[in-house]
Amino acid sequence: MSFILRRLVFYLVAAWVALTINFFIPRAMPGNAVQSVMSKFPNLQPAAYRALEALLGVGHPGSIWNQYVSYLDDVLHFNFGTDVSQYPASVSSLLVETLPWTIVLVGTATVIAFLVGTVLGIVAGWRHGGSLDRALPGLMFLQAIPYFFFALILLELLAIRVHVFPIGQGYDGGLIPGWHWDFISSALYHSLLPALTIVLTSIAGWMLQMRNVMITTIGEDYVIAAQAKGLPNRRVIYTYAARNALLPQLQGFGLAVGFVVSGALVMEIVFSYPGIGLLLLNAVTSNDYPLMQAIFLVITFTVLLANLIVDIIIVFADPRARARAAL
Amino acid sequence: MTAVLPISAEPAAVPQEEARPGRWRRMPAKAKAGAVLLGVFVLAAIIGPMVTPYDPSYQNPAPSLSLHAPYGAHLLGTTQSGQDVLSQLLVGIRLTLELAFLVGVVATALSVLVGVSAAFLGGVWDEVLSLITNVFLVIPALPLLIVLLGYLQTRGQTATILVLSFLLWPWGARVIRAQTLAIRGRDFISAARETGEKTRRIITHEIVPNEVSLIAASFVNTVLYAIGASVALAFIGVTNLNSWSLGTMLYWAQSQQALQLGAWWWFVPPGLTVALIGAGLVLLNTGIDELGNPRLRDAANASRIAGRWLRPADPTPVLGELSQGRGRLSAFWHSFSRSSLLDEHQGGQR
Repeated sequence: MSFILRRLVFYLVAAWVALTINFFIPRAMPGNAVQSVMSKFPNLQPAAYRALEALLGVGHPGSIWNQYVSYLDDVLHFNFGTDVSQYPASVSSLLVETLPWTIVLVGTATVIAFLVGTVLGIVAGWRHGGSLDRALPGLMFLQAIPYFFFALILLELLAIRVHVFPIGQGYDGGLIPGWHWDFISSALYHSLLPALTIVLTSIAGWMLQMRNVMITTIGEDYVIAAQAKGLPNRRVIYTYAARNALLPQLQGFGLAVGFVVSGALVMEIVFSYPGIGLLLLNAVTSNDYPLMQAIFLVITFTVLLANLIVDIIIVFADPRARARAAL
Repeated sequence: MTAVLPISAEPAAVPQEEARPGRWRRMPAKAKAGAVLLGVFVLAAIIGPMVTPYDPSYQNPAPSLSLHAPYGAHLLGTTQSGQDVLSQLLVGIRLTLELAFLVGVVATALSVLVGVSAAFLGGVWDEVLSLITNVFLVIPALPLLIVLLGYLQTRGQTATILVLSFLLWPWGARVIRAQTLAIRGRDFISAARETGEKTRRIITHEIVPNEVSLIAASFVNTVLYAIGASVALAFIGVTNLNSWSLGTMLYWAQSQQALQLGAWWWFVPPGLTVALIGAGLVLLNTGIDELGNPRLRDAANASRIAGRWLRPADPTPVLGELSQGRGRLSAFWHSFSRSSLLDEHQGGQR
């Protein structure tokens, strides 16, 4: 069985664990969706309870096992029931509406931050003690700032004090979403500040990690041998040191994706960006449990998929891994 | 570094300086800056709530005191309902740090427990524990936290601490397991075993003391993440909004439009405090890293040849430590982990 296939099995197990946790949370915790609707409309008769249960698809008929099977079946068919707060809409339609916004914004910004941070880390590691290396503590301060607070500051400085960027939203209010230039340019313009937030706050982490691995790698004998041989610095840095230092960096990327996504979700709230994060906030404020749970699952699946992609990249980047993956 | 210099003039927290003079001076500069920065806030958390000028929840009805910019009587200004921002900040630092440190203690204890037992039990146990660790590593914590806390009716401090600790142990467990595996094969452990020491004593007296820097780093990391997560959770509103923490301050500032009203003194102090505490923790952690890995230290003292730092060579790695004693079943389990691909020593065996 090839390595990728094994990893796929691992991610399926992880997805199953997430699904199972998600299944048991509402059953182990007090409070449910029907109660939250009932409390919102105090003049509902107690008899409406069963009707609401049936309507929202949250009733629990049958044994736990039957519930579990039908729950897995629903998730497989992307059926998360009807939304409580925006009533007639189905949860899955809300997700389909918001997910592309988040994936495009957070995905692009994270990849940019990773690439730039890695290159800066290579330079800082090579010129250990140089000016870029000494700037690291300042960058680490940026990293320590919560995403959403950094977003608040950028918004204050660049959108409210100086009107360079728009104040929040995903696009101009007057536009109808669609594949025409007006809308796309407006969406791009509105995404610049959120993207800048992600890049600036996460870049230091990638840089620090790459720098540390670089410094350790540069001390290896084969790098010293390459230098002793008189190879040009550029070749030593990129083909000998950085290429090997990149592997732990990629591994770290896989693990950090979930962290970055979580931070980005909260940041979306500050920008009123029409992605999953804002949807999550609405779900929390209106006690919309089915929506909260569906968002948790969708984010988890996205992160798992990102991890799988990282695994595939590792196999292609590392000849040893490629040789071993074929076994 | 420039950001922390003005504060580092105050020698607030000097851990164990009396115990061993000279140790403080030998610490990396980054660790010192981090410790001092953190010390200032720990001090604020301890004495802060005793010296608050006002009750943080008291709403001053005077209309002139709604959203007043900082001045003599209210050093950090007032909120929209006339509450004193400085008092809220002083109480908030206490609550936020208290939560983060407790989460750090509980989660790190769990990581040590899982990491050390995985490495010591070995075989299938190791792979099962590692599998659980890896699964919880890839499941994003924040959305799960929101769902878990969202269902709780009483979102008090204790509930948040327990839920956060439950989700934050895997990072530490992973590194501690790897380190324990590396130490387990060393001669001094074999020697201890030969002299008849019990496994429990070997773990508590030989293994754990050798991992102190790793455990400390994992603790600092957990505290850092716990602060970020608890503030983010409060900012979304999944917390007890009647208590004053740095997160709830930001929640109220955001929900009452502090930004749009131009009341920077309302949301900048709590956010900046979180950032400074975080910077202190990151600096401390980098310092701990440098303590354990001399290569990462400032290169100022190292000798240079042709513009490159000269470094001591690596100690010869001990081969076969990681793959030792892996049975067929556990090898099968192991083949599903990402590290199976990157293990140097596993190579041609399969």
